[in-house]
Amino acid sequence: MWRDALLIAGKDLRIELRSKVAFNQILPFAFIVLIVFAFALDTSPDTLQKVAPGLFWLAVLISSILGVDRAIAIETHDNASDGLLVYGVDPGGIFLGKVVSVFVQLFLLEIVLIIAMVVLYGPKIGGWPLVVISAVFATLGISAAGVLYSQLASSSKAKQTLLPLLLVPVASPVLLAATKSWQDAFAGSGWLGDPWLRLLIVFAVVYLALGTVFYNSILEG
Amino acid sequence: MQDLVSFKNVVVVSGNFPILTGIDFEAGPGEVVSVKGRNGAGKTSFLRAVAGLLRITRGSASVLGVDLVSNPADARHRVGLLGHDSFLYEDLTARENVSFVLRATRSDTARVESSLAAVGLTGRLSDLKVAVMSAGQRKKVALAALLAREPELWLLDEPHASLDSWTRDVLDSALIAAVANGSTVLVVSHEPHHGALVPTRTVEIGGGKVINDVRASGSADAALTTKLGTGNVA
Amino acid sequence: MESKRYQRLRREVGVLSVLLVAVTVILGLWVTPPDVVQGQLVRLIYVHPPMAWVAYLAYGVTSLASILYLWKRTRNLRWDLLAASSAEVGVIFTGLTLVTGSIWGRPAWGVWWTWDARLTTTALLFVLYLGYLALRRIPADSHQRAVRSAIAGLIAFIDVPIVHQSVVWWRTLHQGATVFNPSLSPRIHGEMLITLLLGFISFTFVYVWMVMHRYQIAALEQRVLDAELEKLIQERRNEPGLGSNQIESNDDANNAGQPSKV
Repeated sequence: MWRDALLIAGKDLRIELRSKVAFNQILPFAFIVLIVFAFALDTSPDTLQKVAPGLFWLAVLISSILGVDRAIAIETHDNASDGLLVYGVDPGGIFLGKVVSVFVQLFLLEIVLIIAMVVLYGPKIGGWPLVVISAVFATLGISAAGVLYSQLASSSKAKQTLLPLLLVPVASPVLLAATKSWQDAFAGSGWLGDPWLRLLIVFAVVYLALGTVFYNSILEG
Repeated sequence: MQDLVSFKNVVVVSGNFPILTGIDFEAGPGEVVSVKGRNGAGKTSFLRAVAGLLRITRGSASVLGVDLVSNPADARHRVGLLGHDSFLYEDLTARENVSFVLRATRSDTARVESSLAAVGLTGRLSDLKVAVMSAGQRKKVALAALLAREPELWLLDEPHASLDSWTRDVLDSALIAAVANGSTVLVVSHEPHHGALVPTRTVEIGGGKVINDVRASGSADAALTTKLGTGNVA
Repeated sequence: MESKRYQRLRREVGVLSVLLVAVTVILGLWVTPPDVVQGQLVRLIYVHPPMAWVAYLAYGVTSLASILYLWKRTRNLRWDLLAASSAEVGVIFTGLTLVTGSIWGRPAWGVWWTWDARLTTTALLFVLYLGYLALRRIPADSHQRAVRSAIAGLIAFIDVPIVHQSVVWWRTLHQGATVFNPSLSPRIHGEMLITLLLGFISFTFVYVWMVMHRYQIAALEQRVLDAELEKLIQERRNEPGLGSNQIESNDDANNAGQPSKV
């Protein structure tokens, strides 16, 4: 299974390197979202600073919808999703491989977005260990739940609208927890035993497990 | 002779429509089976079912000793399907696609270059992204992957369509060699048979089930379908 | 499941629920006294918590039935139909819970909505149900639909506690649990308590009755689907072959004059 996961992750990332969809489309979109949020809110510097973490993670969540949609869509072009089945690749491996691929893309996106966030919203950042670790687990959780739901919704024509309906509610605790832990970190009261971080870890572990176990059933149909 | 493929009253339902309505079919090693039938009869679905890609709703099916009803995944990497869908990734090159397939099926990746050369995709061609390839070239990539894998069971869905005659000969030689090694071949083809590979048996699928099953007389690798008796091989 | 016994049982449950609800209404609207602080508004307590209870009961049934379908040993389409029926009834009660909660909250707290743990989790449950039901609308054969929904049901089952915990940590404003909180003594007693418990019981009966109805419809729909499938299979089996003369090829010229093969 792990071998297959690495194989799929490598293949997906190579495809992204070639097609640059995440880089050319998703990243600019996330960037625009961050900018446009400022239009919609009262732009006083204080407000923006306070809401910065929340808006950041909201932008990430929205971008992740695009990202996981793409992760599954790669497979269904020219019926390639059957292809992975036809070669007997382990479904748990397919799931984990795709999660890794989405995670890498999202994480790189977040690095760029953090810079944008600091520039646009001007929050004072601190507590880097908590910031980074909570980001890792939040992204992991979103990736896992996202890939799972994207595959679940994949054979429908309404996939584009169904996926957000499924993913966003489920990922809302991650949104909350990630925002809160970043707020704690920025305010200087962040430590690695932060309860929000614990929630992020639980979420990530649970969804990684769920996906690994049930991806087979979803693919077999 | 242990059956490589054994289907008993197999029903396959997809989206509430019965695409296979009760297939009874057995095939052993070294057989070359020509699958005929009207459009929509279920020929492609039959091949896909043998490949383990379709969920068996009723009946029993085993391929290469693996029970397809409970455990289709175990048979899949040992079966080679060349069909209308080429299962290729648009953004990857021919070489990358073939080596992906080999790694996914746990085959020997050393054969990538030789199989690409065998289908005529050398040099610049092997580094082309699939997205810019013609339909025939894509088929060649898929064929290269298949040749490299050397599966025990070959399932070919109109393999000659869109292949140039040179590549068709390559495919036929590979099949003859595989059959001599004990592999089994199932071919769906609308065209009258032209190549060097001669079917030992012809099966007609109609309405999702087998309606005719004619074995050639004589030995498995020399005979014609006797029904014709016209001496017309090609 | 369409047997006479089932129908009779369903009818009995229905009658019982009507009776119980009627008694609850009478007690709730007339017999019990208004609250010292909240006045007549408190009567919503006989309706809102029971509806919330049913919403979560339905969700529990859906999740359990989903698990039973996914587990190969107990796999049976009936579990899927039960899960779906319970979800449909559940989404109604969840919606009602939110509405009655809102109606209650406006005069009591001055706002239509507050972001406290229970309310937010219930809102989320509502959306999860909607997603589950939307997933079921994807065209697929019964098994595919069942597997997909079951997995979604299972994910929702695991997600709700996570959501709840997160919102609890976030803020808590809701009235402390009046009956089921072990650390507090019940704040209501006497006739109000009896009416409240009666409310829970009667709404549970209504839930059971509605699910029985919905399940029966689903089972009948499945029977129709199965019958149609059999018909389709027969029709398809009778489809003609290539034609009496032709097996080898479509080349008529070669085979002209050959006797019929079929």
